[in-house]
Amino acid sequence: MTPAWAKVLIPIVLIAIGAVLVWAFSLAALEGGDRLALIALERVPESGVSNPITSVLLNFRAYDTLLEVAVLLTALLGIWSLGPAAPAFQPASPILGGMIAWVVPLLILSTGYMLWAGGHAPGGAFQAGALLGAAGVTLALGGDASAGLPGETRLRFLSVLGVLVFTAVGVILMALGYGFLTYPEGYAKWLIIFIETAATLSIGVTLAAAYLGGEPRDERTSRSAT
Amino acid sequence: MSELLLLFDLLLTVTLLVLATAAIMSREPRRAVILYIAFGLLLALVWARLRAPDLALAEAAIGAGLSGALMLAAARRATAAKRQHASQPGTKGETS
Repeated sequence: MTPAWAKVLIPIVLIAIGAVLVWAFSLAALEGGDRLALIALERVPESGVSNPITSVLLNFRAYDTLLEVAVLLTALLGIWSLGPAAPAFQPASPILGGMIAWVVPLLILSTGYMLWAGGHAPGGAFQAGALLGAAGVTLALGGDASAGLPGETRLRFLSVLGVLVFTAVGVILMALGYGFLTYPEGYAKWLIIFIETAATLSIGVTLAAAYLGGEPRDERTSRSAT
Repeated sequence: MSELLLLFDLLLTVTLLVLATAAIMSREPRRAVILYIAFGLLLALVWARLRAPDLALAEAAIGAGLSGALMLAAARRATAAKRQHASQPGTKGETS
């Protein structure tokens, strides 16, 4: 199945990548000097949130998080371009259906909690988005061909919402004279919550749509046909 | 108490390595994915032990849960495609 040269070449390339990573890690670990962690920890109170992880992800290094959300969007575009989605699962039995009817609202409620808790405790947009995505996956496993997602137009809008809001906030702040995604004092917390809410919706919708694994147009026509 | 925790950590590390090897070596995609999900859940425990609860949450929810579900779906489709391929030898020439 795999050609002979690949069987030799792939392990060699993997070992080379591993060696480079070990080398890079040893450089970073052995070399002295100031660590960014200490500088960041000192300035957490200025970031608008008290959870150090969220302050780094959404304030100090917000640019990285914006690109991460963009990566998810790109992955979804790739999945949509692969072709039609897999056929839906068979409808759930009454017992499973009853459980799903309980679990899905709880998951959505936990999404909201996780999003809000991210400001002061472990949590945040990605974890909250994963819970929202899990609600979609649960619905899909119960036989819902669209995993509870809206129609194509709204689905497309929701999947770009995270990147859209993130970039818009950055650009508006730039226009007002601050840096790109440099929050003005006093507004940081609300801007972070605003961006995280949009990102959570996008991540959840993206993950659920990725689980369906195909372009959304076919979903809708198959649903209206049955 | 600390010796007990050390024992727990050692057990966790060894189990992780065994699960990782088993997941890579498994010939059946479905079994590999299930082993990978178990690996992800134990890795979440490791993050919790390293006092990184944020990472532990992300690993359990995204690494083990959603990636696992995505890969199970992919394995299901791959098996279905292979079976279809095998049952219709006539189409083999057209597709490859």
